[in-house]
Parts: sequence; structure tokens; C-alpha cells
Amino acid sequence: MIASPLQTVGSIIRPAATLLAGTGLRKRFGPTEALRGIDFSLAAGEIVAVMGPSGSGKSTLLHCLAGITVPDEGQVTFQGRSVDAMGDAERSRLRRTSFGFVFQFGQLVPELPAIENVALPLLLNGVGRREAVSIAATWFPRLGLDGLEQRRPGEMSGGQAQRVAVARALVIEPAVVFADEPTGSLDSLSGEQVMELLTRAAGEQGTSIVLVTHEARVAAYAHREVIVRDGRISGHEPT
Amino acid sequence: MSVPYALLGLLEQQPRHGYDLKRLFDRYFAPDHPLAFAQVYSTLGRLEQHGRVRLDAIERAEGPERRRYAITEVGTKELERWLEEPLDAEPHLQASLFTKVVLAILSGRPVEPLVDTERHAHLERMRELTALRRTSTLPVALLADYALFHLEADLRWLELTAARVDELRRNLLDVPEVP
Repeated sequence: MIASPLQTVGSIIRPAATLLAGTGLRKRFGPTEALRGIDFSLAAGEIVAVMGPSGSGKSTLLHCLAGITVPDEGQVTFQGRSVDAMGDAERSRLRRTSFGFVFQFGQLVPELPAIENVALPLLLNGVGRREAVSIAATWFPRLGLDGLEQRRPGEMSGGQAQRVAVARALVIEPAVVFADEPTGSLDSLSGEQVMELLTRAAGEQGTSIVLVTHEARVAAYAHREVIVRDGRISGHEPT
Repeated sequence: MSVPYALLGLLEQQPRHGYDLKRLFDRYFAPDHPLAFAQVYSTLGRLEQHGRVRLDAIERAEGPERRRYAITEVGTKELERWLEEPLDAEPHLQASLFTKVVLAILSGRPVEPLVDTERHAHLERMRELTALRRTSTLPVALLADYALFHLEADLRWLELTAARVDELRRNLLDVPEVP
């Protein structure tokens, strides 16, 4: 049993500690049942690794928790509010203001220099351009990216581009960052740098992380892990 | 050391002679490193001393005397404890992990909980090492990395084995019993 004070036990979620929760989540794509009754909870400041073989449903779980995909059954709540009951516009606003995302590939806008990529979420949230760029600039020294502000994604290494993506995810100081295989395309050293910076910066601002990964060394940055196998949390009965 | 548990697992199936135990051990657990007869008998001696096996029968047909051993209740409990508890997560555990997986299959126990328990224990150790490397000098951090990569390799092997467990079960159970 995972030893964490912030954990879901069966379908009982400890409300005092829970920031984001999924209860009885089921999702089907055509004949494929991707999620078969999953309970999940995440506390403020907590990092949870979601592990499992390819096709086990871990990315679908992340998409449901992030409000990108609506589950067929079950409920996702964020700060006690049902995400699935929100309209598209409200869910979109929630993702813009409270969630950050780091994916494996291709999330930066190739035509924009790094600093504008980082400033983009602030601009979308209505922050003025000068202020947004000024806030974005503070992230470059924090992530070891000094001097790369005007480089476009194609002019940076994979590790540098992924650190820009980390800055872009964290710049709005989200409550939760959803990271789906954030080091999947990187060599060991670059992957380690990305994880160090992501978890350290998230820790400094109290951001929680849902970290989907199949790499044990990456999962070791999390406080605890949940294993998804065949659409279920391993060791749990479907609800 | 997993040899005593492997012998207990084989005796859990049925009482056996030392010779049969050696043949089965070599076939299932160590095809490339056959067990010495002396180690079989010294291990059985220690297991008997600790009350985990007992002498079941002495057969005196033509040829030398053959001693047949059976697992005791204490031995069964000890075997179950070992199968259920995670190993201390250190590099180079493959032999013990492999023994656990094979014993689970041979005895009809589920492999999945065993894999989950070992994975969790490995990740706990990896979390400790990850925290250590964050606060350490580079030489210590590199040593922690060495351990982390080896533990990860163990885990990857475990995941691969878990993914092929049905195939392994068919393979192991198709092997004809020692006459």
C-alpha cells in the first residue's frame, strides 16, 4: 500500500487534502474501454506519477482529469467543483487559468521566440503584453535558459525547448501541471534537468503535478505512484 | 539468497528427493548455473534444522538410500511470507525476482500483486536515492545515479516479465515433470 497521507482509499477521498479528484471514471473509444472505473485524487502540492504499460489508459486518465476529455461515467472535481458539469467555455477557462501542460512533443509555437512562447498563457489570460513579457523573462534564469529568450524552438536543443515548455506551463502559477511523458524525447541528462526544474519550481509555488510516465527514474520524482493497467488502477477493484 | 525458498516452493507441490529437487531447480531457476548436490543437501539440512522441512520417508530399494523431504507448516508460512514481502530494493536482484515469479506461476499464485509490491518497493528506494542526489556532491550524486539506473533496469525486466507471464506460464507448465 502506498504510504501517503494524501491518498485515495478505494473510492473514499479525503476531502480536506484533495485538490483534484476523479471518481469511478469510465471512458470508451469505440470498442475499446480505455478507463474501467478509476478513482484518483491529488492534494495541493502533491506530485503523483501515473505509470503503466502503453495503451493502459494513463493518458486518457490525464485528459479526463484535465478536462480535455469528458468521461462517459464518473466525475472529476477540482476544488470541490464538478469539472464535467461545466460548459465548454468554463472548462476552457479553467484549463487556461488553473492548469498547466507539458507534453512530450510539439507544444511550442515554432514561429515565436522562446520568451513569447512563455508569455503566451499570460496574454491569453488578459495580462498586458509588456507585463507578460516581463514576467516571462524572470523564468529564463530560473530554468537555466539565460540568453535564449529570442531563440525560436527550432534553434534550441530538445532539452532547452522542453525547459521553455516547463516555464510556459508554470508561468501562470497553476494549481496543477499535467505532464505527459515530459522527458520521453530527451536524453538522460536533459531529462533529469527538466524533472529537477519542473519539480523544484512547482514545489516553490505549491503547484501539484500529475506526471504520466513509463520511466521509473522520472516517477521517482513523485511523492507516490499509481499504476494503471487495462483501464484500472492496479490492485483496485473497478467501481 | 533464494535457493532455500526455491526448494521450499518445489516441496510445496509435493514431497521430493534431493535428486529431484536438484533437477527441478536447475530446470526452472538456473539452467545456466546448475546447483551442486552438496548445496541441495546442506540447504535441506538447514531447512530441517529450522523446522521448515521434515524427513518424509527413507526409501531403501536397490542402490543407495533415498531420503524424501516434505515441507512443514512453518516452511509453508515462511515461503508465503517471502513471496508476499518485497525484497530489499538493491541492484542485481534479478535471480531472486526471477525465482519469485517462477514460484508464483508453479504454485498457481497470481503474479500481478507480486509485481506491484516489488515495483512499489523499488520506487520507494528510487525516491530516496533521487532525494539524496539532490542534496549531495557530484560524486555521491553519480553513485546514486548508478544505483538508480540499476534499479530501473530491474523494474524494466519485471515489467517485461509481467507482460509475458502467460507465455512464461505455458512454457514452464509444458515442461514435463522429472520422472
